Parts: sequence; structure tokens; C-alpha cells
Amino acid sequence: MNARILNVVVNNRTGVLNRITGLFLKRGFNIQSLTVSPSEVDGQSRMTIVLATGDERIVEQVIKQLSKQIDVLKVQDITDQPIVARELVLIRVHSPISTRAELTSLIEPFRASVIDVGRDSVTIEATGKPEKIDALLALLRPYGIKELARTGLTSMTRDSETVQEIARLAKSNALWV
Amino acid sequence: MMSTGAEAAAPKPMPEKAGAEPSPQAHGRQVHSTLELTGAEMLVEALRREGVEVLFGYPGGAVLPVYDALYQCGIRHILPRHEQGAIHAAEGYARVTGRPGVVLATSGPGATNLVTGLADAMMDSLPLVVFTGQVATAVIGTDAFQEASVLGITMPVTKHSYQVREVAELPQVIKEAFHIATTGRPGPVLIDLPKDISSAKGVFHYDAPVYLPGYQPTVEPNRLQLRKLAAAVATARRPVILAGAGILHARAHTLLRQFAERTRIPVVNTLLGLGGFPGNHELFLGMGGMHGTFAANHALYETDLLINFGARFDDRLTGNLNHFARRAKVAHIDIDPAEIGKNVETDIPVVGDAGRALEVLLQECAGPGHYEDWVSHLLELKRDYPFWYERDDSGLKPQWVVEEICRATHGDAIVVTDVGQHQMWAAQFYLFAEPNRFVTSGGLGTMGFGLPAAIGAQLGDPNRVVAAVLGDGGFQMTVQELAVVAQYQLPIKVIVLNNSALGMVRQWQELFYQGRYSHSLLPLQPDYVKLAEAYAIPGRRVEDEESCAAVLREALAQPGPVLIECRVKPEENVYPMVAPGSGLHEMIGVKP
Ligand SMILES: Cc1ncc(C[n+]2csc(CCOP(=O)(O)OP(=O)(O)O)c2C)c(N)n1
Ligand SMILES: [Mg+2]
Repeated sequence: MNARILNVVVNNRTGVLNRITGLFLKRGFNIQSLTVSPSEVDGQSRMTIVLATGDERIVEQVIKQLSKQIDVLKVQDITDQPIVARELVLIRVHSPISTRAELTSLIEPFRASVIDVGRDSVTIEATGKPEKIDALLALLRPYGIKELARTGLTSMTRDSETVQEIARLAKSNALWV
Repeated sequence: MMSTGAEAAAPKPMPEKAGAEPSPQAHGRQVHSTLELTGAEMLVEALRREGVEVLFGYPGGAVLPVYDALYQCGIRHILPRHEQGAIHAAEGYARVTGRPGVVLATSGPGATNLVTGLADAMMDSLPLVVFTGQVATAVIGTDAFQEASVLGITMPVTKHSYQVREVAELPQVIKEAFHIATTGRPGPVLIDLPKDISSAKGVFHYDAPVYLPGYQPTVEPNRLQLRKLAAAVATARRPVILAGAGILHARAHTLLRQFAERTRIPVVNTLLGLGGFPGNHELFLGMGGMHGTFAANHALYETDLLINFGARFDDRLTGNLNHFARRAKVAHIDIDPAEIGKNVETDIPVVGDAGRALEVLLQECAGPGHYEDWVSHLLELKRDYPFWYERDDSGLKPQWVVEEICRATHGDAIVVTDVGQHQMWAAQFYLFAEPNRFVTSGGLGTMGFGLPAAIGAQLGDPNRVVAAVLGDGGFQMTVQELAVVAQYQLPIKVIVLNNSALGMVRQWQELFYQGRYSHSLLPLQPDYVKLAEAYAIPGRRVEDEESCAAVLREALAQPGPVLIECRVKPEENVYPMVAPGSGLHEMIGVKP
């Protein structure tokens, strides 16, 4: 994958988000997605930044420039680490009554659900890795997507025990989600 | 924060106002740590604790409480005639003393007038602590009178910034600001102070240590990396040292000289690094870059081991990067990890203080390696291709004026410049033997910097001659600060190199736009002598070498300020030059 995923822990202070997006503007770096939310520590937020580039030098500069910010506590490039990464999507799909049943069965394998129903549209919610979301969207596109909202990626590294467990399962050829 | 009745009843720490002389004991006296103070009083008390001698400020509505606390408080306040003057003066002060420059301005227009200076200080890594007034917290965001989103406007040009929302947090914010401005890679820190916060009362604590887990600059360099560098020195055939302003910030000039002498590696300075290595030293190759010496640029081009101490490989230094130090192993020692590998790929990265790195290197390097031929070749180039200009009788030459200033001040003055041709000539023809004697706007190239920066420099080093070498264009951008020179009787020697042009722009138009001088000539000039006299500063005009030499010496012999207008030859260009897009090996205008 070309994009890089950065996990950034920041002090939850006024202006932090501004400083970080300002930095991307100033240095001409491109962001694919950015999510911010409170973290497990009071007064700290976690950002997941997906960079639109895999260029090593730029990624290195981004990390260094982020680290330089006084309110940035930690920056990690977690792209190549065992991570859980998810995004949420809301999709309003054109759907007259006649196609509803079909649609419902179509989205089922994605563990997506219908959360709102209108006269000729339904709104679907799904969570998963970006590839899964992309696949779902590809399936729904022929029906006519009227509105779409994606949260962007949020992520964390896996628990080391879980990582070992996964490695064990992978060896025994088990499937995991 | 609430206080007990006992605390509130304690005597006021501030000297009595109402026109009384401040009591001498009041100065430097420390406030007991549980007293209630207003935010404004806290500010003043914090400045005292930080040892601030001088404050550059300009009043206005949002900072009236602060100005009231400043009244007869014992801290010297300099009133410029424009906020830009305040912040450039603070930069000049910081550059010369190594201590933080402190600035105060009101909200809205006062704060926006500081933006250029913030950007300048950010680029040139100057430690500043800047206070801006802000409208009261209750009306922030309502487009109140003189409200501007100063935090938003200044974020990209500050190392860090705060908006104070509780008076109780103000002392710690100020303490952090001084810490951040002066440590690691120095830079400007801004504190936005709403008016109600400066009037609100709270308990003043200043003893808590600064705890910033997200800010831990690496000072101690990695020894293994430095060993690698020492090994590279031992096998190098064409080593060269590039010394930037990092040497000055780290106060490492003596160590640098020892290292260069020990290893006999020649030294190139960046523009901002001038003075970090003695300009009269045998191993000094001169300034590198666009208007650098042939020897310095040749060395940077041909080197096989480039050792960079505290320079950021600015494009005006490197020229076209595709041709820069192409055959070299590059070692880069910098306190700011983000500078390493930013522009030039680095083989031996060393994050840390330049002085500490040099101390280790002096232990690791026993003596010179095997590059005597290279060194003597470079020293020959230095001898054969110095900075030069045609000596003829076609008019007063600006380069000669700078040389003459150097002679008349025995190379011992603080030289402050503005931006343009005269700046380059000052860098080329004044020989800086000591650190912190050259004050110039390098990274941002800010016209209007010179005069106010000279004011700050003179205040920072009151007993040294300060020569402000200015262009006629840039001088007029902040000319109003002559009032400050006169008011405080600062003995600055203001030397205007009047070429009736935005000379540097004119030069580029001559060289790269077939002489189409689009809006770069200044045919109408004020009468500079009268202008000086309008501010009660003696003014002199010179048009030839003889009178220039005499007037300069006369000016230096007298104690007060003087303005000397030098009518110099307008057609002069700065050479040699690396044209934009060219590599350092493609210099034009080298001495034949
Ligand atoms: C604030 C600002 N505006 C524009 C420029 C672009 N600029 C660079 S040098 C220069 C000419 C400066 O003229 P002067 O001060 O007379 O100095 P000279 O080059 O003639 O010595 C200009 C306009 C600048 N550096 N700063
Ligand atoms: Mg000029």
C-alpha cells in the first residue's frame, strides 16, 4: 500500500488541530484522512492520519515535523505494524420498495445494517477496513448512491498477546477477521 | 483560583503608583509565592523572575491593564513607532545577547503588525517571547473591536503559542514560553492575553518546574555517530566544514576553531553563521552560497566529506541541489532533527547541541587526516579569488564603503543590515572576527529589519559600536524608528547606501530580464540629511571616498547617533553570483 498510517497522541489543547493541519498546509503535505477523538488518557487525544504518499522522505519529514510540535506527545508510523484499523461509513442508497429485499441480503455478508428507511431510499451503516468499505460501495453503486459519509480511518496497534495468538492461528492456517 | 483572607490582606508587591519614584528595593524583589496578583502584575513579576532587562512594546486598549502594571515597575520599556519596529528590535537584541527578546503589543492591529517579525524570528531561530493583548474572553469570537484571531494568524510562524483562559495558569504559561523560546532550536513563542485575564486576580506561583513531555530536545549527541564521523575524517581526502548559526546559538565558536585547527579542515560559513569562525583565520574560506566566495563554493561542490554544524542547507546556500556536494559523504549535526535529511540526504545524522558534539569530536579526532593537498589548493583559491570590485573613479563604490567601515571600526563593530545588495556587500567585505557581531535577516529576507534591529542590538550591547548598513529602500520601510534612536540617544551609526534603487531587484532585472527595470528605481528620494535632522540626529552626506572616510571617523569619534547618506554608484552589482537554478560550481562574476 502506498498510503501510510500515523498514530498521533496529542495534548487536548486549543489550537492543536489547527497547528497540525496548518503544518500540513505549510509543508505541502497531503492528508488522505484524519480522525481525532479523545483517548484513554484524560486530556489527551488520539489522531489517526492517513498520508496520501508513501514517499519515504516526505513521510520522515511529516513525522519529524509533527514530533516537533510541543503538544504532540507521540507519533508512530503504524502502517507495517500489526494493527486494528477501522472506518465507519453511512450510505444513502436509492432503493424503491422493489429492491429492498435484494439490498438487505446483499449487504448482509458485510455485517452492514439498514439504519434508516425512506420512501425510495435506505441508509446503510457499515464498519470495517477501508478495503471492505470500498468493496461494499462498489456493490451498491449500481443502485445509485445518493449520499455518502466516511469517517476516515481510526486505528491502534494490536495487543502483543493477540499478535502472538494471530501468528499461531495464521500458522495453523486458521482464518481470522 | 480563590485565596484565603490572610493572603488577600498581605501587602501589595507592586511599588506605589501615583507618580512616586519606584523604590529601589522594589526592583528585583521577589513576590512571596502565595500573593494574589492581577494577570498584568503576574506578567511583570514573571518578567522580573526571568531577568528581563528590556521590553519592546506598544500600548493599546487590550493591554491597558498590563501598561498600568508596567508603570514605574523598573523594567526598561522601549517604545518603538510601529509594532514591527518592536519585534525587529527584540530580534536584534536576541541575536546579539543570546537572551530572549520580549515584545508586547495590543490586540488586533497591534498583533497583526508583529507577523513579519514573528516569521523572521521563526526562520532565523531567534528566541522571542511575544505578548499580545486580546479582547475579553466573553466576547472572543464576536468580531469585537480590535479582535483578530492572532493564534490562527500566527500559528505557522511561531514555535509555540498560547491563549490564556484562566489567570491562574498565566505564570506557568509564561514560564513555559521562556523555556520553549530559549531551548532546543530557539524560536518565537506567543502568548495571547485577553483583557479580562490581565485584570483578574489569582495566586502567583512561579516555582513549579516546567514539565512538557512532548518537548524534550536532544542535547547530548550520539557518541557512536560521532565516532563514525571521526573515522570519516581520518579517511577523507577532501573534507570541509560548513558552520551555520547553530554554532552561534550553541556558543560553540571556540570549540569549532579548536576542531578546525586540530583537524586542519577548512571552514565555510553560512550568511547567518558569519562570526562563528574567525573571518581572519587561515582556514576560513569565506561565506558560501549565492554570493559566496569561489573557494567556499568550490569546496562545497568538490568535497568528499561535508561536515555541517548547525546550518539548514538553505537553497541560497546550496544552489541547485542536484549539483550540491554530489560526491560527498554528508554529516549533519543539528539540534532540530527535522532539519536533518530535509533538503540534503545525510549519511551521518547527529541530533544534538553543536558544542557538545564538538567536545566529543575533539576527544575522538587526534589530528589532521590525509588531505593537505586539498587544503592548500583551497587556500590558493581563497588567495586568488577573493571578493572583488572594480576600483575606478566612476563614483563611490558601496563595497569600498563597507571595507572602510571595517577599517574605521577595526572590525570590532556590530554590523546590522537591511536586505538587498548592501546586505550582501556587508557580508562580503566586513570581516567578522568574533561571534554575534553580524545582525541580518537571513531566512525571510525582511526589508525594514535593519534600523529597528540595530536599536535592539545597541540596547543589548550598549558599549559597542553599532553600524547599521541600510539600503535606501529598506530604510524607508521602518524609517520612523529614527525617533527611538533619538529619544533614547542610542549611538547608532546609521549608514544608508543610497543607490536610488531597489538595487537587488534592479540587479536581477538587469541580469535575467534584459534590463527591464520594472518599478525598481527610486528616483524620488527624501533629503536624508534633513530627515535625520528632523529627528534631531546629525545627518551627513558623502559622495566620494575622501569625505566618506573623514565623515565616518568623525561619526565614530562622537558619542551620539549619526546618519550618513552615502551616494553610491547605482549600477554596481553583487558578484560573484550563483544564478538561480545553477549549481555552486557555475559562478558568474568571479575575479578574473
Ligand atoms: C518586505 C520586503 N519586500 C520586498 C522584498 C524584495 N526585495 C529584496 S531586496 C529588495 C531591494 C532592496 O532595496 P534597498 O533597500 O535599496 O537595498 P539595495 O538592494 O539597493 O542595497 C527588494 C525589494 C523584500 N526582501 N522584503
Ligand atoms: Mg537601494
